[in-house]
Formats: sequence, structure tokens, C-alpha cells
Amino acid sequence: MPLLSLDSARLRFGGIVALDDVSLEVAEGSIVGVIGPNGAGKTTAFNAITRLYRLDSGDIVFDGRSLRRVRPSRVIRLGVARTFQNLELFPRLTVLENVLVGAHASSRLQRENEQQRLALETLADVGIAEHAARPAAGLPFGTLKRVELARALASRPRLLLLDEPAGGLNHEEVDELVGLIRRLRDERELTILLVEHHMRLVMDLCEQVHVLNFGRTIAAGPPADVQRDPAVIEAYLGGELAA
Amino acid sequence: MRQRLPAIVSLLVVGGALAGLPFTLSGYHVGLAAQVGIFFVAVLGLNILTGYTGQISIGHGAFMAIGGYTTAVMSQDHHTNLVLTMLMAFAICFVVGLLVGLPALRLSGVYLALATFALAVSVPQLPLKWSKFLGGRDGVQTSKTVSHLWLYGAAWTASAILFVLAWLILRGRVGRAFRAVRDSEIAAVASGIELPVYKTLAFGISAAYAGVAGSLFVLATNGFAEPSEFGVVLSLQILVGAAVAGLGSLWGVLAGAAFVGLLPAVSSSVPVIGSDHGRDVVFGSAVVLVMLLLPDGFAGLFARVRRFARA
Repeated sequence: MPLLSLDSARLRFGGIVALDDVSLEVAEGSIVGVIGPNGAGKTTAFNAITRLYRLDSGDIVFDGRSLRRVRPSRVIRLGVARTFQNLELFPRLTVLENVLVGAHASSRLQRENEQQRLALETLADVGIAEHAARPAAGLPFGTLKRVELARALASRPRLLLLDEPAGGLNHEEVDELVGLIRRLRDERELTILLVEHHMRLVMDLCEQVHVLNFGRTIAAGPPADVQRDPAVIEAYLGGELAA
Repeated sequence: MRQRLPAIVSLLVVGGALAGLPFTLSGYHVGLAAQVGIFFVAVLGLNILTGYTGQISIGHGAFMAIGGYTTAVMSQDHHTNLVLTMLMAFAICFVVGLLVGLPALRLSGVYLALATFALAVSVPQLPLKWSKFLGGRDGVQTSKTVSHLWLYGAAWTASAILFVLAWLILRGRVGRAFRAVRDSEIAAVASGIELPVYKTLAFGISAAYAGVAGSLFVLATNGFAEPSEFGVVLSLQILVGAAVAGLGSLWGVLAGAAFVGLLPAVSSSVPVIGSDHGRDVVFGSAVVLVMLLLPDGFAGLFARVRRFARA
């Protein structure tokens, strides 16, 4: 049984169909990529999984349980954590405090200094421990991406949703990120679903790739197959020409 | 520990100075210092709502009115112990604050500010409607009045207790959740924070503080509660105090409370054209100056001085 599945998920905003009958499965322990041109519905799918949006029809099942009626603030308690494409941090909190908020759902029974120790370990794990005491506002974009990642990890999720983790990173940083994501998956026994434009990262990292265009699945499978798929090439080239 | 030491020293200095103050001041000035203590409580409370969770209220005078009338009515009708009426004011305003916080969940920013403004305008009218119970335009008189010294002691004892309470609430998980809600609601929800719980809780706590301040406020006016003393200007004064105070600093709240508590008395002796309005002109100018020079309030100033001293 897959850890996460979207089952004929459909979502529309007024006249625009953002998700059109999307079905997708994420096996436990795998890294799955969602790609597609801008506006294809990738982030919409993430927002539907984390219940920021409500599906019009279809279902989202995590670990055998439908998320359709789960409150947005409960999703993380079930074990689904996420990062955001354009960063949703707490700018006036320190980096450490940002990560501590990530542990909010599980922190009620923990002592404050125990939580702090865990949060610092998480920061060290993603390589930004030296920034712990700084306010998030004003740090470089790449560092803030790591803060979001650490905040998501602090909730000890089973499924991690990464929305464009390589956005704004340079060549070397992307290589580093590939190594980091793989290591986190192995050490923390995570399942990872990621949205990304950076093709090399997707091809290096993902075991399965799901291609969306205008809210509709146009291809799905191992990266090498998807890369050769005529429908995918058409969608990307078409997008390029139109732009 | 190294971080805590300055905080403990600050507390001892403030506590010692406040304990010694009545011995060196005249009765009138003890009354003024009590006034600052009253604003300290109100500003501290509004800081929890506006500073920590980012919900602006221009309606805290309404909660002060509820607290003040609680004290006046209980004392007049039942001869209840005055300290006990303060506890009742705290409890009643906490509940009213939670109730006001519920509809406020649908509002934010300037719309929330306007809704609370409506509260500031309408609540002081209630005694006119229920004049049999609340005394109408003539007001309600407590059965006992208190001395300047009693008021000073009560105001600053309440300040100390409520300051420690605020510190306990804000230092850990709950305080962090408040500030997370302020900085990003989406990220807060995604991190498992229940927005309705924390937003209404902040409203309740903040209103409870205002209730105690209102209770003391009535005792400061010879135990007399009447609609006109809880006007819109009072709500604005508390908001100004919170803005002047800035965030997360005992010294900041002291500065904010002193600003709104003392400035009207000080500025009425400053000669300005048309002495009737001189007070308002000085007060207004001072607010503009502080906001221009200290956008993060006195708390921001103190943080900058500390950084400068360390460098």
C-alpha cells in the first residue's frame, strides 16, 4: 500500500481547473518528483494535500486515512510536513525559534531545554547551526530554505513535501542539496514528494516522476522514461515557444 | 544563566526603586506614580495581543470599563473586598475577551482595529441603557475609597504579579505560537498551531489585564465609575503606550506606561497657544516624535543600546 495516494483529485478555481482528475501514488521510503510547466497545478497539489485547499472531488489518502476532512493544523500531527515555494517563515523569530515552532505539535509534553537540544541537532543536520540565534529576516535565501527544511523536519514527519527545494540555488548548492535530501531520507526513514523545475535534480534524485500540465497528468514513471515521452517534450517545448 | 543575569538585575533595580519611591515623593506624586502602574498593566496586556499576536485593538478602554464597573458595582452593592473585585474583573474580562476574540477571528489588520474601535465607542454607553443597575450618567460609587499610597501599592503589586504571569506565558511554547501566528498564519497552521485557540486566548489574556487596569483606574478616581472616563481617548492612550513600549522588554513597557501616564500631567504645564488644547498638542507632538525616532518603541532603542555596548 502506498504511503500517500491522490485518487482522481479534482479542484477548480472559478473557471480554471487546477487539478483535473489527478491520481498519484507515493510508495513508503521513495522519492517522487512532480514536474510540469508553470501553472500546471504542482503547488496546488501540495496545498490540497496539506488541506490549505479543499478538493471538489476525489480523495487524498495518507497511511490508509483520508485527509479530506482533516483540519489543516492537524495534517502535521499525522506526519505530513512541508516547505513552501516562496518561503513562509517567521521573520521576526530566530532561526532556532522557527525550528521550535516546527516541533509545536509534539512539544506539549517535552521540556523546553530538551526541545531546544533537538532543534539545534536538526539545524546542525541541515548545516546551518551557526545561524541559530539570528532572526530569520535578513539571512540569505539559500539559508532560509534550509531553515524551512529544518522546521519541517522538527515535527518528525513520515512524509516530507518539498516545494522547489532547489529554487534560487547555484550549481554547487544543487549538488549539495541532492546529497542532503538523499541522506535525510535514509537516516530519518522519510518518504519525499517534491515539486521542482530543476531537471537535473529531479533526474538524479527521484525514483518516480509525475508530469502535470494544465492540471492534468500527462506522464508518469521512472525519470528516464518520462524524459523521452513525446507528450512531456511537447508540453515543455510548447511552453518555451509560447513564452 | 549568563543571559538571565541582566534580566534579574533589571527586575531587582525596578522593584527596589518602586518600593522606595513612596518614601521620597509627595502624595500628589505618589498618585501620579500609581497612575503609571495602572497604565503599566494595561499596556502590558495590549502588548500580548498586538505585539505578540499582531492583532490590533483600539478597544481596550472597553475592557477597562468592564473591569472598572465590576469593582464599583460589587463594592457598592455587596461591599466586596476591593482586591477581590480586581480578581473578578480579571476573570470577567478574560471571558468577555475570549467572546470578543471569536468574531475577531474573521477580521485582521485595519478591519479588526475598526471592530474593536466600535467596542470602545459602544461599551461605555451600556451604563446609560441599564441605568438602574449601572448608575446611568451619574455613575457608580464604591463603598470605600483608598489613599494614594494604597493605590500605589495595589497598582504596582498587580503590575509585578501580572508581569511575572506574562513572562511565564510568553517565554515558551505558547509565546512562540503567538509570535508565529503574527509572522505567518499559513506557516503557523502548517506547523500545527490552532489559529482560533491562540488568537482568542491572546484576546482573553489581554482583556483580563485591561480589566484589572480598569478596576484600579476607578479606584484612582475616588472609586467613582462613570461612562465618560472610559472614552475612546483611553483606548488610544493604551495603544500609544504599547507602541511606545515596543516588544518584549520590561523597560519598554515601563517607558510606554510612563509616557501615557505622566505626559498629560507634565504637558498641561507647558505653555502653548490656546492653553485649553495645549495638553493635546504636546501629547500629539510627542507621539509623532517617538514614532519617527523609535519605530520599534523603547524596547527597540534598548536593544540597540545593548548591541552597541557589547560591540
